[in-house]
Amino acid sequence: MALLDVTDLKVHFHTRNGVVPAVDGISFRVEAGKTLAIIGESGSGKSIACYSLVGLIPKPPGRIEDGCALFEGQDLLTLSEAQLRKVRGKGISIIFQDPMTSLNPYMTIGEQLIEPLQLHFSMSRRDAWQKGIQTLEEVGIQNAERRMHAYPFEFSGGMRQRVVIAMALVAEPQLIIADEPTTALDVTVQAQILKLLRDLQQRRNIGVIFISHDLSVVADIADNICVMQDGRFVEQGERMAIFQTPQHEYTRKLLAAVPAGAKRPVSHSPEPLITITDLYTQFYGNRGGPAVKAVDGISLQINRHEILGLVGESGSGKSTLGRSILRLLQPCSGSIRFDGRELVHLSAAELKPLRRRMQMIFQDPYSSLNPRMTVYDTLAEPLLLHGVVDRKGLDTAVFELMDAVGLARANVLRYPHEFSGGQRQRIAIGRAIGTKPEFIVADEPVSALDVTIQAQILDLLLDLVARFNLSMLFISHDLAVVRYLADRIVVMKAGKLVESGTTHDMFTSPQQPYTQALLAAIPGRVLRDLDDSPL
Amino acid sequence: MWRFTVLRVLQAIPVILTVITLTFFLIRAAPGGPFSSEKAVSPQVQAALEARYRLDQPILQQYFSYLADLAHGDLGPTFRYPGRTVDELIVDGLPITAELGFYALMIALVLGVTAGVVASLKPNTLQDYVPMGAAMVGICMPSFLLGPLLVLVFGIWLQWLPVSGWGSTPGDKLLPSITLGAMYAGYIARLSRAGMLEVLSQDYLRTARAKGLPEYVVILKHALRGGLFPVVSYLGPAFAYLLSGSFVVETIFQIPGLGRFYIQAAFNRDYTMILGTTVFLATLIVVFNLLSDIAATWLNPRLRYQYK
Amino acid sequence: MTTADLHVIPRGVSLWQDAWTRLRKNKLAMAGLVFLLLVTLLCLLTPWLVAYGYEQQDLRLGAVPPSADHWLGTDTFGRDQLTRILYGGRMSLAVGFIATAVALLIGVTYGAIAGYAGGRIDNAMMRLVDMLYALPFMIFIILLMVVFGRNLLLLFLAIGAVEWLTMARIVRGQILSLRQQEFVEAAVSLGLGPVAIVWRHLIPNALGPVIVYTTLTIPNVMLLEALLSFLGLGVQAPAASWGLLISSGVETMEEYPWLLIFPGLTLTLSLFALNFLGDGLRDALDPRTAKD
Repeated sequence: MALLDVTDLKVHFHTRNGVVPAVDGISFRVEAGKTLAIIGESGSGKSIACYSLVGLIPKPPGRIEDGCALFEGQDLLTLSEAQLRKVRGKGISIIFQDPMTSLNPYMTIGEQLIEPLQLHFSMSRRDAWQKGIQTLEEVGIQNAERRMHAYPFEFSGGMRQRVVIAMALVAEPQLIIADEPTTALDVTVQAQILKLLRDLQQRRNIGVIFISHDLSVVADIADNICVMQDGRFVEQGERMAIFQTPQHEYTRKLLAAVPAGAKRPVSHSPEPLITITDLYTQFYGNRGGPAVKAVDGISLQINRHEILGLVGESGSGKSTLGRSILRLLQPCSGSIRFDGRELVHLSAAELKPLRRRMQMIFQDPYSSLNPRMTVYDTLAEPLLLHGVVDRKGLDTAVFELMDAVGLARANVLRYPHEFSGGQRQRIAIGRAIGTKPEFIVADEPVSALDVTIQAQILDLLLDLVARFNLSMLFISHDLAVVRYLADRIVVMKAGKLVESGTTHDMFTSPQQPYTQALLAAIPGRVLRDLDDSPL
Repeated sequence: MWRFTVLRVLQAIPVILTVITLTFFLIRAAPGGPFSSEKAVSPQVQAALEARYRLDQPILQQYFSYLADLAHGDLGPTFRYPGRTVDELIVDGLPITAELGFYALMIALVLGVTAGVVASLKPNTLQDYVPMGAAMVGICMPSFLLGPLLVLVFGIWLQWLPVSGWGSTPGDKLLPSITLGAMYAGYIARLSRAGMLEVLSQDYLRTARAKGLPEYVVILKHALRGGLFPVVSYLGPAFAYLLSGSFVVETIFQIPGLGRFYIQAAFNRDYTMILGTTVFLATLIVVFNLLSDIAATWLNPRLRYQYK
Repeated sequence: MTTADLHVIPRGVSLWQDAWTRLRKNKLAMAGLVFLLLVTLLCLLTPWLVAYGYEQQDLRLGAVPPSADHWLGTDTFGRDQLTRILYGGRMSLAVGFIATAVALLIGVTYGAIAGYAGGRIDNAMMRLVDMLYALPFMIFIILLMVVFGRNLLLLFLAIGAVEWLTMARIVRGQILSLRQQEFVEAAVSLGLGPVAIVWRHLIPNALGPVIVYTTLTIPNVMLLEALLSFLGLGVQAPAASWGLLISSGVETMEEYPWLLIFPGLTLTLSLFALNFLGDGLRDALDPRTAKD
């Protein structure tokens, strides 16, 4: 008997511009002790489908048009608000994506944790408090008793997510909806949380609906998978069946988009372009706290025509290193040599001619473009600044750049907010290559993009590097992406260099424990085992 | 929190000193003196008066003597009412002004917060427009307009309420309090609405609902804490505005409070009175801002932790 | 597509255009804008429009309620109220705009320097602002007015001096948050100099809140002036300002209520218009609700 049996669920949004069929007739089943993964990109309707089961969608524009959702003998879709409230938190719980914002910053976690108990079981405060402590221990939080009195901001991201999981578990639900629970977390933390969820599920025999955009994350933990696009399931089935014999074109596209395989090693004699020696960059802590050494004595070398992958988790200092090389941040000591010239102490005027030879692509496509400048303005600015072309040749140059990055020429006079994330990133890339630089720092350029778009941008970068003979420092936390792109890899942790080597060596025989842990934490082993690449 | 509090208190002291100094020298710089509007007096009487009020000493010496007196809590005699000191007049007028301010603040808080919260729950509907429209009227109709209008309607035309005084006729405290409080009710309504709207879109409210909590608990227990934050921060400046607002209201309604004394003293060039009242009021304002600042920091768990 | 085709390429919708479209849909804000333009126009053209001088008395007439000759009635000296209200508008609006301009100038410069310089300079500058913020300005203005008499220039400066503090804070806050936006870093990495960065990247993006706050400062300033005039500390008879008119209206409000109601109505409506317009601008320029 299925724990949850959904048939033909339809949720439509009645907006001023017409009816939007966010969920257009999906059916699925969840069994106790098993995990159902719903995969889709943003806008596919996966979250709305699940929230609508417990009536958590905004009702005026949203409406459940049709369908049946049987849970514990009742059809959830026909329940009144009061009846639904009894199910929420007790029968079905939700774990949300962003632990930073899903906890109330003004209440201690103890207060928030015991609410479901007081509400659903009328427990006394003391009993509820004890149960709360037990649940915290169960999700792996040390010093649980003391931590109950702490506020959310006192926890790290991973810890906070454990608290959110505890809050979802505390009233002993049968079914948990996990909405992208690890998307905002570091790779190693993600691995821990996934393991925690798996253990909890087995121990308590809970059914789990795991929503994600990332196939590799669900590859290891899902029993059944549904692939969702535009409100419908294009394919659903058992995990291995989906991975080994995908039927639908979209599924195949999603599978192909997972960066798989490694770059074919290009052999050329390494000629150093950038040499960094003993670099230190530090930030001053808040309100007179101790200085944070974001870059703590790094020495490395970037060769011509190579892509060097810089890998690290959040707080490792990788972004700071990238910015220090470009002198967007001022290093305190050490040396950076670009083509023989020492960069660290140059004045702004001396730097200017060098700047056209090194550029940066930023992570967030939404804030890296000036919202009040058209594509034309953005692309033309560096060309004019460094005198790459004169006014007469400007138009042609701008159009050629747009062609190079795959933007339709007709959009040249549009503003950033009129483009999608992937297109904005193309504009940013166009801006970076305009002056024909020799070196580009790419700071997590695809982290904010959907999986299929990610693949396109990565291929674009590879193409541009080959075509323009670029050297690149590719910064990322995603090892799969780095393996796809980089010739050599460097691992950073807490401001220090942990290990470096060729991509092949790093992945086949990592030396340092931290590197090994990072590699072990990469989700989607199943997918990799299916992949034919020798790595 | 102690370090923060002490730091803030220390920062407040130079402010108060600046106020005293500025006021002192400002008044002395004014053309004319406290007795210039009086009938002409003989030079001997003039000299005697000046000696009595220390006006014959060099100005710096006057300044430091004044500071010394202040340290003893002695604000000096008034010019206008010989025989009475500024302290006495302040003691007379303060309770009245304080009471007026208190009622006005209560009205402002109760009306303002209710209106703002109710409006924020259903934005862009009638439930939003009506309270916010009323709030706008409060803001755009200054007290010196609202007061007389209320007096006209309720005091003269309808004869329901008394027209002036404080504490002498029953019900005479109502109109002045409403007049003073109306504008701040408007501001507080807007602040609470904005604060609530900000919180209502936060994810943690969705978490609260997902736990099965009824809507009223979600709003009262989870949303209000963050949503009313701007109101708490506003209380300090609000105090200063209320005080200045009382000047006008007391004048309109003939209330013998500190505000009215102050205005009169200003017109009469009563040096010590102006000086004393300014110093007193300014200190009060600085203290209140300080308290409000500390309260706002303490209420925000993140800031409280940062300063522990 | 070649250069020649540039004129047929669809033009994008800039954020300013988007904001204007949204503002247009806000009926209250548009009503406020129209009202303001009308009043400002009337007040500017007053000397050529009115039939009576603002000092022109007709003692035989005395105070009469609105009539065909005098649309808004006359006061106890027989002066035409409509004329006096229009002249009062000139004064009140002038104070409003000029004092706000003063605050704008000082505040934006101060805030921009503090925000862009950052670090210790910013700290020191903001510390000064904090200290000034704590001073009870209202009291000082009254003092100033008493001490130095009713000097109009002083009035403008004094009021402007109070409002610049908040403007400085807003501008600084904007610049600080903009500096952290990646497109500013991108501009630096491109090699743009500070002037180009401030002019092309920072200021256009900081204008939004500045415009909103300016629109909302004007009514505050006008209120302050009206308050001072009401207390007898601002503009003095025989000149007119709305505050003064209200003050004299209060004195005779029992017998001649129209002397209070009409100036009061004009002041309130103008403040309404400014506030609605300011609110509308704030909503229209809010990046969160912008087209995205």
